[in-house]
Amino acid sequence: MPKLTIDELQKMRETTRKGIYLREGNFRGKVIVHMGTCGIAAGAREIMNAFLDESDQRKLTDVMFTTSGCAGLCSEEPIATIEMKGSPPVKYRKLTSEKVKKIFNEHIMAGNVVKEFVLGIGSERVG
Amino acid sequence: MAEKRRIELMVCTGTGCFAGGAFQIIEELNKELESFGLKDEVSLVATGCNGFCGQGPLMVVLPDNIFYGWLEKKDVHYLVEEHFLKGRPVKRLMFMPPDEKEPFPLLSDIPFFKKQLLVVLRNKGIIDPEKIEDYIARDGYLAIEKVVASMSPKDVREEILKSGLRGRGGAGFLTGKKWEIASQQIKTPKYFIANCDEGDPGAYMDRSVLESDPHSVIEGMCIAGYAIGSNEGFIYVRTEYPLAIKRMRIAIKQAEEYGLLGRNILGSDFDFTIEIREGSGAFVCGEETSLIHSIEGDIPEPRQRPPFPAQTGLWGCPTVINNVETLANVPVIITRGAEWFSKIGTETSKGTKIFSLVGKINNTGLIEVPMGITLKEVVYEIGGGIPKGKKFKAVQTGGPSGGCIPSSMLDSPIDYESLQKAGSMMGSGGMIVMDEDTCVVDVSKFFIQFTNEESCGKCTSCRDGSEALLEVLTRISAGEGREGDIDFLTELGESIKDASMCGLGQTLPNPVLSTLRYFKDEYEAHIKEKKCPALVCRNLIQYYIDPNKCVGCLLCIKSCPTEAITGESKFIHIINQENCHKCGQCLEVCPPKISAIIKVTGSDMENLVQLSEIISCKEWKKNHEYS
Ligand SMILES: Cc1cc2nc3c(=O)[nH]c(=O)nc-3n(C[C@H](O)[C@H](O)[C@H](O)COP(=O)(O)O)c2cc1C
Ligand code: FES
Repeated sequence: MPKLTIDELQKMRETTRKGIYLREGNFRGKVIVHMGTCGIAAGAREIMNAFLDESDQRKLTDVMFTTSGCAGLCSEEPIATIEMKGSPPVKYRKLTSEKVKKIFNEHIMAGNVVKEFVLGIGSERVG
Repeated sequence: MAEKRRIELMVCTGTGCFAGGAFQIIEELNKELESFGLKDEVSLVATGCNGFCGQGPLMVVLPDNIFYGWLEKKDVHYLVEEHFLKGRPVKRLMFMPPDEKEPFPLLSDIPFFKKQLLVVLRNKGIIDPEKIEDYIARDGYLAIEKVVASMSPKDVREEILKSGLRGRGGAGFLTGKKWEIASQQIKTPKYFIANCDEGDPGAYMDRSVLESDPHSVIEGMCIAGYAIGSNEGFIYVRTEYPLAIKRMRIAIKQAEEYGLLGRNILGSDFDFTIEIREGSGAFVCGEETSLIHSIEGDIPEPRQRPPFPAQTGLWGCPTVINNVETLANVPVIITRGAEWFSKIGTETSKGTKIFSLVGKINNTGLIEVPMGITLKEVVYEIGGGIPKGKKFKAVQTGGPSGGCIPSSMLDSPIDYESLQKAGSMMGSGGMIVMDEDTCVVDVSKFFIQFTNEESCGKCTSCRDGSEALLEVLTRISAGEGREGDIDFLTELGESIKDASMCGLGQTLPNPVLSTLRYFKDEYEAHIKEKKCPALVCRNLIQYYIDPNKCVGCLLCIKSCPTEAITGESKFIHIINQENCHKCGQCLEVCPPKISAIIKVTGSDMENLVQLSEIISCKEWKKNHEYS
């Protein structure tokens, strides 16, 4: 192990900080994948994986990924809710890895809701 | 490998949780995460003491911040599936206070944590103590970086002095001042010692600092070494702390590998090394001059001061000794500034203090609070009050030679001066809560017994004085107290304080003197009325079966180890006082809805109806309904 200089220690602090971001809780957004039995059967695990892959590719440390129970709309599964700070939560329906890619790019990274996949915004349904 | 981690489980492996089976829980968690295919998404971190030891084994789920306590191996499967797979936090494993209907899911909502302020324990439960990277990520070694790059030793000493930091090992001496004295000494080399002897029974503040964040102590020692001009440090840890020693070893090795210890720290011309010294000594080994003797390989006995160790210490050289909690404050003071630190606390006592909160209290554990918080806030808000609806009686602070503080003084703020005024002291941070069932004579006897045994015997006042105190207290609790005992205890206590050489003797009378001050009537009751109001002292109490309540169920008879109870089924049971050893078994087993067995003391013992013959419960009822 090389002895550190001050510069190297500072660099190390930056990289190690990424390693513990989950513990510090500074998130600008939250992705909730619905993991009821119906969700899992419809492929919710793969959807979670797709989200985590996208996040990893971008080395994001400010979005949190979590699961929750059945959203009550089994026919629309897999469902995920995206809550970005300061905006109402958005539910997306019948997700696939491709849709996740698009949602990630447009909604999570750029702040634009991908209307075509939306199931509801806030607690209401979009007709 | 792709990074898919989205949950971190911070599982406490502190002393309490370890004893409760934390490592079995970890093993089970690993197994279940594997079988649900969640290994990449959920990671496990073994942390130091979380603080809420009464709820252990426990864990905190991040980033959600959900707190789970009293974990058992059999809960793990369900927990992993429900929460970590399906995202449904499990209510029944959450913290549930005695009189609430809904549990508290979030750690941050639990009253035990709410009033705490973490400065020393800033990384507790958030880092893996065996990974230097985790410490560095939380601004670790930022202070030493600042120190070697931009501060002179004098700057460092002044900053620490300005912060108002005082020693957390007992005496409360200004840390900056101690460093200043050592730096003025001409003689070299100079040594630095971190004191983690922690001999107070039941205390584990310092142990917890080492187990949960060893690098904070290393960094504090490094800075201290720089400030006083020392290149050699020792950390004195008791052998009974194997986990603390192991983690310290790992931490020292990591710091050496990164050049944060050793020669030319961070490329500067400052060198500093740390060696661990294990001590397995008595209570008095924690006293600084004894500790120095112990490191030198001599008999660990205190010596007269002055000269102070800062002048003449280890091997006759200038030596600063600081407590590990004191040291863990140092890096934050440097990074956040003396001004920030001095805003926490009271006029004379700055920063925070760690206490181990134990005894008759709902929430037991390790807490860190800002100086100036009141005892009431600690007992009722953080501690959640007294269990089973009992009344608060006193809180004992300062370890075995601290004092008892009564309910009338619960509004006092916690700081060095207020505690001393109340007849107690800060000490290293023990806090034992006592309820109405505690007898102050018994408590004093217990502590004097401890200090008497731990007295090194070098000075007469401490050795023989404690012996004499113990003798009188033993007599009083045995019901053989005499007129004049109270005055004798007071005078003797005062003179032991004045005449003893080290802090042990100077403080050991505190438990007696403080209880005499606040609970004199209880001593008088023991002496004059041969009565123990708290119903504790065995010679002064009797167990008695109330014939109006006894249903003749035989339970007490079966439980009595000395066969002191006579009676048959459906006949009133009678305790034969001669054979009774007052173990209290009978009272334990008598069903609560019957509650026929009571404890009595003093004149109440004379007014009891004594049955002279065996009588059936039916007969007794009949006779007494008519009369
Ligand atoms: C009987 C006795 C036992 C002590 N035990 C400890 C101890 O276990 N840990 C400790 O840090 N200080 C202990 N002290 C206090 C030390 O002598 C010393 O004051 C302290 O370590 C200095 O560090 P500080 O200025 O950072 O508090 C004890 C003192 C006495 C009289
Ligand atoms: S040991 Fe786990 S909370 Fe203290």
